[in-house]
Amino acid sequence: MSKNLIIAEHDGSRLSPSVAKVVACAASIDGAEIDVAVFASAAGPVAEQAAALESVSRVLTIERAENEHAIAAILAPQIVALASGYSYVFGPSSTFGKDLMPRVAALLGVNQVSDIMSVVGSHTFKRPVYAGSAILTVEVPSDSIVVATVRIASYTAVNDGNSATIESVDATADLPSHTQFVELLSGATDRPDLQTATRVVAGGRAFGSEENFELVYKLADKLGAGVGASRAAVDAGYVSNETQVGQTGKIIAPELYIAIGISGAIQHLTGIKDAGTIVAINKDEEAPIFEVADIGLVADLFSAVPELTDALE
Amino acid sequence: MEKILVGLKRVVDYNVRVRVKSDGSGVETDGVKMSINPFDEIALEEALRIKERGEAAVVIVISVGRADAQQQLRTGLAMGADRAVLVESEESVDPLSVARIFKSIIDRDSIDLVLLGKQAIDNDNSQTGPMLAAIWGKPQATFASRIDLDGDKAKVTREVDAGLEVIDISLPAVITVDLRLNEARYVKLPDIMKAKKKPLESIPLADLGVAPCPKIKELSFEAPAERERGIMVDDVAGLVTALKDKGLV
Repeated sequence: MSKNLIIAEHDGSRLSPSVAKVVACAASIDGAEIDVAVFASAAGPVAEQAAALESVSRVLTIERAENEHAIAAILAPQIVALASGYSYVFGPSSTFGKDLMPRVAALLGVNQVSDIMSVVGSHTFKRPVYAGSAILTVEVPSDSIVVATVRIASYTAVNDGNSATIESVDATADLPSHTQFVELLSGATDRPDLQTATRVVAGGRAFGSEENFELVYKLADKLGAGVGASRAAVDAGYVSNETQVGQTGKIIAPELYIAIGISGAIQHLTGIKDAGTIVAINKDEEAPIFEVADIGLVADLFSAVPELTDALE
Repeated sequence: MEKILVGLKRVVDYNVRVRVKSDGSGVETDGVKMSINPFDEIALEEALRIKERGEAAVVIVISVGRADAQQQLRTGLAMGADRAVLVESEESVDPLSVARIFKSIIDRDSIDLVLLGKQAIDNDNSQTGPMLAAIWGKPQATFASRIDLDGDKAKVTREVDAGLEVIDISLPAVITVDLRLNEARYVKLPDIMKAKKKPLESIPLADLGVAPCPKIKELSFEAPAERERGIMVDDVAGLVTALKDKGLV
C-alpha cells in the first residue's frame, strides 16, 4: 500500500483537466491509494468533480479564505502539514505545479522529481531533459517521500464515474501575508483549452501580424480546435503568452496538430512530440518541422490556409 | 535596496543539438559550446536595469559547479555585474543543495532580492527558485514577465497557463524570470577587458557547511523515441484527402 496525495489544480469552480491525468500517473504505482486535496475558499463543486474521478479514494477539502487563489507560499505549509503519512505528493507539471511543488519539497527537505512521463518502479521514474532530447531515468531514495510533478501530456485522463468520499480536514499552518493576489488577465476564449484540446491549430512568425493570425482562428474554429503558437509569434505580439507551445510554454498531446508557418525549432518540437498526427504547412521545404510531420505541405500559408478552411466541412 | 543576487548556470548552448552518449551515462558535452542559461541571462539583465535606474547598488552573480563556470561568471561581469561568486563542486549539485548554497550566501552578503531563470535548459527542473524562497521563508514570484519595484515592495506579472497573473510581494524575495521580461544586452569588448579586473571569489563547496540532502540518483539517459518522417502532399486538396484517410476530419 502506498498513500498518494494529489494537489488539485482548479480555478475556484472548475477542476483542471490536469488532475485526472495526475491521478492516472499515481494510479500506475503498485498498491496506490489516492487522496486528492482541494485547497479553496469554498471547495464545493471542485471537490465533487475530483470525487468523480476513478481511482480516487478520498477528496480532502481545506477551506479557508487565504486559499482563494493558488499562492505557493500560502499553500505549501498547509500541504506539508497534510503530507505526513503519505509516501507521494503529486502535482501537475503546469505553471501551478511548477510554482508550488518545489516549495513543498524544500519544506519537506527533499529534492523533487519534475515532469514524470512514466513510472518504472515505486521510486523510479522517467522524465525528459534537454527539451526532450534525452530521457532520464531517476531514482528517489527509497526511505524518502516522493514529491513530484507529472508531465500531463504523457498520461490519458482517468474516467469519471466514481463517487469518492469528501472530507473536510484541517491543515493547520502559519500563513504568510507577504504575497497578495492582485488580478488575472486572461485571454480566455470560447475555444477549447490548448492543453486538453483534441485538435490544435498553431501559427508561427510567418503570419507577420496580429491581424493575419485571424487565419489561424478561422481554421481552428472550423475544426473546433484550440489555438497554439510558436515562441516567435508570441514574442512578436501576434498572440498572447498562454498560447505558446514548447519547452518553455505548454507541452501538449492533441490527436491532430496543425503547425502553420512554424519552422520547428527543437524547443517547439518538444511541446508536440506526443501529438497523434502532426501536419505542417510551411513555405520553406527545408524547415525542420517536416522531419517530424506526418503530413507535410510546402505552400504559402496566405493562400493555403484559407483554401484549407474553405475545403473543410 | 542594496544588493541583488543573480544565479548563472553554465549549460549546453541552446543552439546545440544534444545527443545522448552511447553508454547512457549522460549527454555529449565534449567540445560542445557552453553558455549562460538563457533565462539566467534575462535575470541578470533585469538586475542590471534595476541598478541602472538607481533602485539597487550592487549586483552579484553566483554559480555552482566546476571551475570552468568562471567563463559564464566573467561574461556576467562583462554584462555589468559588480562581483562574482563561484561555489566549486566537481560533482553535479542537486536543486535543493543549490538553494541551500544560495541561502548561505544570502545570509553572508545580506541580499535583498534574488533573480533567477525560471528553469535551466539542461535539466529543465524549474525548482531552485521556489526551493530557495521556501527555505529563506520569503515570497516567490515565478515566471515573471514584468517587475515593478516600489521601495520594499514589488508588483510582478507572471506568465501562467491561464494568462497573466499579477501579484504583490514584499522584499526580500525570490523572482524567477520568463523569456519576455527583457532582451539581454550584448557584451562589448571593452567590457570584457574591464570584467577581468572585477572580483571573482571561489569557495569550495565543503567550506560553506551546507547540510547534505537526499539526492535523486540519475540512473541512465536514453534517446527519445523518434517520430517517423511522414508523407508530403502537393496541394491543399491532397492534404484534405490525407486527413480524411486518417479519419481526422
